[in-house]
Amino acid sequence: MSSLELRDVAVSYGRHDALAPFSDLIAPGEWLGLIGPNGAGKSTLLRAIVGLVQRRGEVLIDGGSVEMHSSRRRAALVAYVPQEPILPDDMTAYEYVLLGRTPYIGYFATESKHDRELARDVLDRLDLGGFAGRRLGELSGGERQRIAIARALAQEAPVLLLDEPTSALDIGHQQQALELVERLRHENGLTVVSAMHDLTLAGMYSDRLVLLHGGRIVAAGSAIEVLSADTLREFYGVRVSVHHEDDGTVVVIPRRETLDS
Amino acid sequence: MVTTKHLGVVGWYLSAAAALVVAVLVGAMIGPAGPPAWRVPLALIDHLPLIDIDSGVTDAEWAIIWQIRMPRVVLGGLVGGMLAVAGSSYQGVFRNPLVDPYLLGAASGAGLGATIALTVGRSATESWSFDPVVVVAFIVSVVTVLVTYLVGGAFGGRAQSGATLVLAGVAVVSFTTAIQTFLLQRNVDRVQEVYSWILGRLSTATWDDVTLVLPYVAVSVLVLMLHRRHLDVMRVGDDEAATLGMNVRRTRLIIIVAATLGTAAVVSVSGLIGFVGLIIPHMIRIAAGVGYRRLIPLSMLIGGAFLILADVPGRVLTSPAETPIGVVTAFLGAPFFIVLLRMRRIGP
Repeated sequence: MSSLELRDVAVSYGRHDALAPFSDLIAPGEWLGLIGPNGAGKSTLLRAIVGLVQRRGEVLIDGGSVEMHSSRRRAALVAYVPQEPILPDDMTAYEYVLLGRTPYIGYFATESKHDRELARDVLDRLDLGGFAGRRLGELSGGERQRIAIARALAQEAPVLLLDEPTSALDIGHQQQALELVERLRHENGLTVVSAMHDLTLAGMYSDRLVLLHGGRIVAAGSAIEVLSADTLREFYGVRVSVHHEDDGTVVVIPRRETLDS
Repeated sequence: MVTTKHLGVVGWYLSAAAALVVAVLVGAMIGPAGPPAWRVPLALIDHLPLIDIDSGVTDAEWAIIWQIRMPRVVLGGLVGGMLAVAGSSYQGVFRNPLVDPYLLGAASGAGLGATIALTVGRSATESWSFDPVVVVAFIVSVVTVLVTYLVGGAFGGRAQSGATLVLAGVAVVSFTTAIQTFLLQRNVDRVQEVYSWILGRLSTATWDDVTLVLPYVAVSVLVLMLHRRHLDVMRVGDDEAATLGMNVRRTRLIIIVAATLGTAAVVSVSGLIGFVGLIIPHMIRIAAGVGYRRLIPLSMLIGGAFLILADVPGRVLTSPAETPIGVVTAFLGAPFFIVLLRMRRIGP
């Protein structure tokens, strides 16, 4: 299990600040949910952590700056699943998951027996064993999402970043995908940071939420603290009712404006 | 699942190797003059070390096989294999199925170089003891691609996307073509000669041509073979490949340089043989459904076999005149490719 610490991580595109200095310490095994309207900086933060955009500030894993590591070593520490992963149509699911082993393979080397076994094992654990030889182009949206997560898991990185892991999925597959991440978090001790659109699901699965707006943290804390009707109205510009279930779940329900007026 | 797949892969390698052997034999057996075709394999076996059989082939006939047909066959194999491997690699690094090895100006540069040598350079080099066309074509080809890189900013500090390079290639190719057209316009009497160079040919191949391109092809293919796993990783796009720990820019540059060097070398000796670099990789993808790891070696074998075979009808169809091989590759390959396309869908 590894901690992920962000110290004043900030991103500018030209003169536009996409992300104001962001600091947080995500404890080993913790799940941090990033919420916020479109363009709030959720994806930018994730991309900054993994080094896909030029950033200022520091990213530390278990107290050590990631800059100290080679790009391959870094890839062995942080795995990232983008919002729309590119899944080549004619690649098989097994070949795709095996790509997750890239950080462990020497420049001129090829996958070891261990790499191949691990890829198979990940597919089996995600109940995707039967898909191994299937081409990615033949898979459904839910299957593709799970395959993308499987590749990230094959990376065996202690920190997993997920950008909108459920955006393309129906309600059943949403739940399935998030339950999967939750299970893997417990089994493998993963530290998870995910950007999510669905506020109810975000509150349900994350240990902690951070609400971003215009690249700034505007609210942070538990689901009960962050998901209040006032906060959401202010930053999403929506009218919602917020219900608190007996089990602690916070349910956010959008309300029709026409019924009010 | 794994077992059948692996058997399939071995099967494909064996078929491709067999195709190459058949192509070499056919290429050595068929042509105007020379001994009866069936004696050629015997003669080839006879000339293997430590083997001595009576092939019934006279020394004069053997000279036709060894000095005229075989250089042509070997050069065809090298050119076809190189173009197909370079085409596969280009399609991989640019993640674009419509890309061919001439994309960054290797071919138009070679064309310009040959035009310069055949027009304005002709009088200046008349007294030279060797034909400068190949050398000038190669140099201008490499320089042209270098210009494309510089225009595309590949050596600059900022993030380099494949798209910028492709666009730079388009601009540079137009530019070289403009110069070439201007030169031709000023030297109308050379148009026939330049045109036949551009159409591509293996007919004048000698062992000298083979030794000229062999080092470049060998280095290029070796480097590309060593990077075929990287090409598979790049299929998930620059961003994801980077999060998998790959230095995408550096790897792309290495692959492009290697593929371009080999392409420039073969284009310089054989002219612009189209179709092979674009279509052979797709044929293999559609038929065998393999990733780059298998695609690169299969491209070498099948591209080589294809070009050797494509060179055969050109010798006999319009004999004693030669049909340009670029015409034959497209004439034979296009219908075959359409049939394949109908069988399966195409993808990068």
